[in-house]
Amino acid sequence: MATVEKAPRRTTEHKGIKMALHATHRDAGTVTVVDLSGRITLGDGSALLRKTIRGLLDDQRTQILLNLADVDYIDSSGIGELVSAFMGVKNRNGNLKLLHLTKKVRDLLQITKLFTVFDVYTDEGTAIRSFD
Amino acid sequence: MAEAAGFGEDDCYRIGMSVREGVINAFHYGNQERPEKKIHLVVDLTADKMIIHVLDEGTGFKLSEVPDPLAEENLLSTSGRGIFLMRAFMDEFDVVPGKTGGAEIVMSKKLPAPGSSPPNGDGGKSAAPHHGA
Repeated sequence: MATVEKAPRRTTEHKGIKMALHATHRDAGTVTVVDLSGRITLGDGSALLRKTIRGLLDDQRTQILLNLADVDYIDSSGIGELVSAFMGVKNRNGNLKLLHLTKKVRDLLQITKLFTVFDVYTDEGTAIRSFD
Repeated sequence: MAEAAGFGEDDCYRIGMSVREGVINAFHYGNQERPEKKIHLVVDLTADKMIIHVLDEGTGFKLSEVPDPLAEENLLSTSGRGIFLMRAFMDEFDVVPGKTGGAEIVMSKKLPAPGSSPPNGDGGKSAAPHHGA
């Protein structure tokens, strides 16, 4: 198993404002792991995900792994935001992959046929190595 | 409300998601996000099912004209999955002309048989929702 040096976590949440979604990101070599927790829904949740992805792309971070282990709820707007993120990264010749889906999120991606669109992993090391 | 009616955790999630999607649909597509327009939400609890009505004050729409989000050309669309999720999560789903001229979403879920669905369990069903028509 490859050893991955983890950079300190950096938060992209606005301080002092409680948001439905919390996002931090850390570097694992050329891959950026985005740890999300909470809900990706219409409004702040979708907006924070969009802002996070845009920020990473602006920093030329185009190999992105979204860790959804602590995302317990996604609505149709959140699904759309995931697709938007996927397409945005792809348009920059990058890759966006998913890690640790909860059962509810996995079921949602399956019934919307998006499970086959995204690369989905259950192990972080394997997911990070898949970008090589 | 769904929990009080006897639905298990997974069905409560499905019903809650459907109500949320219905209201968002009414606000965004029906009322065009105009704050002076109302959304009417009615929940009927009958002997055998929970029926939810979501009525907007827009111009209405035909269910047959809603694009299929599973179609190849729509698979990577960033919107248009709300109706699909409601149809998938509920037992019955329809859109009828509303009394105010807008669209009225009518969707229902059968009540679990007594003793068949633990309050916080999965009710003996897979969490993967079935597909509606």
